[in-house]
Amino acid sequence: MVSSMMHYLILSAMLFSIGIYGILTRRNAIAILMCIELMLNAVNLNFVAIGAHLTPNQITGQLFAAFVITVAAAEACIGFALIIAIYRNFEKVSVDDINIMRW
Amino acid sequence: MLSVLLNFALASNAGAIHDVIPLLIIVLPFSSFLICALLGYKLKKGAGLLSLLLVGSSSLLCLWVFVDVIVSGKGNGELIQGCWMTIHVGSKEAPFVIPLGYLIDPLTSIMLFVVGFVGWWIMLYSIGYMDGDPRYHRYFAYMSLFMASMLGLVLSNNFVMLYICWELVGLCSYLLIGFWYERETAMRACKKAFIVTRLGDTGFALGIFILVSMFGSVAFYPLDGVNGIFTSIGRATEGKENMLALAVMLLFCGAVGKSAQFPLHVWLPDAMEGPTPVSALIHAATMVAAGVYMVARCFVLFDANGKLNLFGGLIVLSPAHIVALIGSFTAFMAATVALVQTDIKRILAYSTISQLGYMMMALGVGAYSAGTFHLVTHAFFKALLFLCAGSVIHAMGTNEIFEMGGLKSVMPITFATYLIGMGALAGIPPLSGFWSKDEILTHAFVHSKPIWLIGEVTAFLTALYMTRQLCIVFLGSPRNPEAHPHESPPVMLLPLVVLSVGAAVGGLIGTPWMNLYASFIIHGMASAGAHHKPPTAIMFFSIAVSLLGVLCGYLLYGARHIPNHSEDPLRKLLGNLYSFLEAKWHMDWYEGKATRRVFFSLVSFCRRFDLGVVDGFVNLVGWAVAYLFAQLHRFFDLYVVDGFINGLAFITGVCGDMLRRIQTGFIRHYMLFVLMGFVFLLIVSIWRIVVLGHP
Repeated sequence: MVSSMMHYLILSAMLFSIGIYGILTRRNAIAILMCIELMLNAVNLNFVAIGAHLTPNQITGQLFAAFVITVAAAEACIGFALIIAIYRNFEKVSVDDINIMRW
Repeated sequence: MLSVLLNFALASNAGAIHDVIPLLIIVLPFSSFLICALLGYKLKKGAGLLSLLLVGSSSLLCLWVFVDVIVSGKGNGELIQGCWMTIHVGSKEAPFVIPLGYLIDPLTSIMLFVVGFVGWWIMLYSIGYMDGDPRYHRYFAYMSLFMASMLGLVLSNNFVMLYICWELVGLCSYLLIGFWYERETAMRACKKAFIVTRLGDTGFALGIFILVSMFGSVAFYPLDGVNGIFTSIGRATEGKENMLALAVMLLFCGAVGKSAQFPLHVWLPDAMEGPTPVSALIHAATMVAAGVYMVARCFVLFDANGKLNLFGGLIVLSPAHIVALIGSFTAFMAATVALVQTDIKRILAYSTISQLGYMMMALGVGAYSAGTFHLVTHAFFKALLFLCAGSVIHAMGTNEIFEMGGLKSVMPITFATYLIGMGALAGIPPLSGFWSKDEILTHAFVHSKPIWLIGEVTAFLTALYMTRQLCIVFLGSPRNPEAHPHESPPVMLLPLVVLSVGAAVGGLIGTPWMNLYASFIIHGMASAGAHHKPPTAIMFFSIAVSLLGVLCGYLLYGARHIPNHSEDPLRKLLGNLYSFLEAKWHMDWYEGKATRRVFFSLVSFCRRFDLGVVDGFVNLVGWAVAYLFAQLHRFFDLYVVDGFINGLAFITGVCGDMLRRIQTGFIRHYMLFVLMGFVFLLIVSIWRIVVLGHP
């Protein structure tokens, strides 16, 4: 099983790019939130892979990934709360229509 | 320092007068003035002693100069002159040099002696008289300044220095008349004296200007290549007799003011508000004689062929005539007023005016020697009389002669010395005043009979009013029972005795048989050399006139007791004339009226001119300048300061307006910006790695 660093990094970059693409193209707020999760997990994958590669006897990379997962959980929590609040006011979750905070 | 200077002077030029000596004569009293004025409040009593010491040393130097001139016989023709400092004014093409220096001839030397000697004794007397005065040191500062400027006046060798010192003595006179400035009368008197003499001084200054324009010099005699006025009269005044006469008359104006001649005599009686020693020194012996001295100094000018052609030659006057006329009229007028005065010092003041008139008269008739001789003797006996009067005032606390009486037994020394002074003034032989007055009258007789007659009448009046004063003050019984007079302290009596000796025997140097004074003073004065052999009859006539005056006075005032002023026997005798004289010929009134009429209208015109035109112009200019600057300021503020601020705000606004347009409200856009930034950073990092080889 050839599993070098490059495979992990390529997978991670793909995940990250899919996330950015999703953010830029999706109109649904929930979908955007999910794309953010995707990007965060791409970063987590990077942390773990590089951590295992550079310091195989330590768990620094895994530790950072654990922190990021925790923060992402909190962030998703707040994000969904905001989306629910927006939905109650506008009865929709399309970000293109929720543009009252502009010049 | 001083002793070093003195040694230097003595060693370098033994026996002769060195440049330093006349300088010291002036500088010593002046340093006394500076010390007393600046440190007097610390010195207190020491101020009097210090100034006495410094002025005394200066007086000793004066005496030395006097003796040196007599002994060496210098000043006969050749003058002792020196220059301390030259002031160069004018351009290179037309240089004008003012040599500030000294000139010593017999006249100067005798004046130095009189001023120094009489001045010092009066300062000694002041120690007693001014004792306890709160402004003691200031008094001595002023007196020292006066001595310095008077000696400077006498020593000066040019008109500029003469004029400066002339004004300085006027200033001292002003300060000392108003010495007790708390008194309203003193305050008014000092202003009056200053303003009235200023009238004359203006003429004096104008006269000097004319002389400068005629002669191109201010020096009296040639010195160090500078042209001398007195020695170049003939050349410079050819065909300008009118101009010369005008200049000389203007000079005489100064003398009229300073020597209290008609019509500017009104200040002198009021000047008696000053302390009595001041009256003795300044308003009797020395400063008022400055006018006479100046006329004597410029005698050659008065004697020159200056003629004043008035009305196209209808009236031709020579300045000397006018001097004689004004002098004789003043002598007579003042003597009549003195006859009815009741203030002991005012009597003496009018007597001073009268005697100064005598001196002017003498100079006017060409009796140079007699005029200056009377100046010298008068300095002694009039200073003596004033000091006696001061002693009496000190004892009685009043100036009114009708509150005195019977002082002979209480104040024997004062009485004795007063008797000598009175005799000298009245012209009783062999006292000093007799000889000088006789010489004047003799010259007047030769020159002009009417003037001589006025002189004799004045002599009679003089004897009369002096006897009146003597009888009322010293003889009879006391009029005021509450007064407790006492003899003055020795420090005041000593000067009286010394001066009375001078007043008694001083005249003997100028008797008609052996006139040492005339031969001393007249050297080098070719024009004044005409020496008349005196007709002895004139002399005996003068004696008779004087004795008649004394006799009349005694009969009127000495023979019976006169309780008060309204019982004055002259009042009955003269009737309306008495009130006329009492009002001083109404001269104060007329002059006051003239002043009000002419000067006040002039002043009110000037005021209106000042308020309307001058102030208006000044205000206009001020307003215009203020307006201009305000406008300038407004423009600057509006367009520069405000413009800057507004511009800044505008630019900020525009930038903000432009930048806010990126706030679209679409999350997509924001993310795009983030991505663009990320890509940009990525490109930069890659570029750095590729180009530089490290991140």
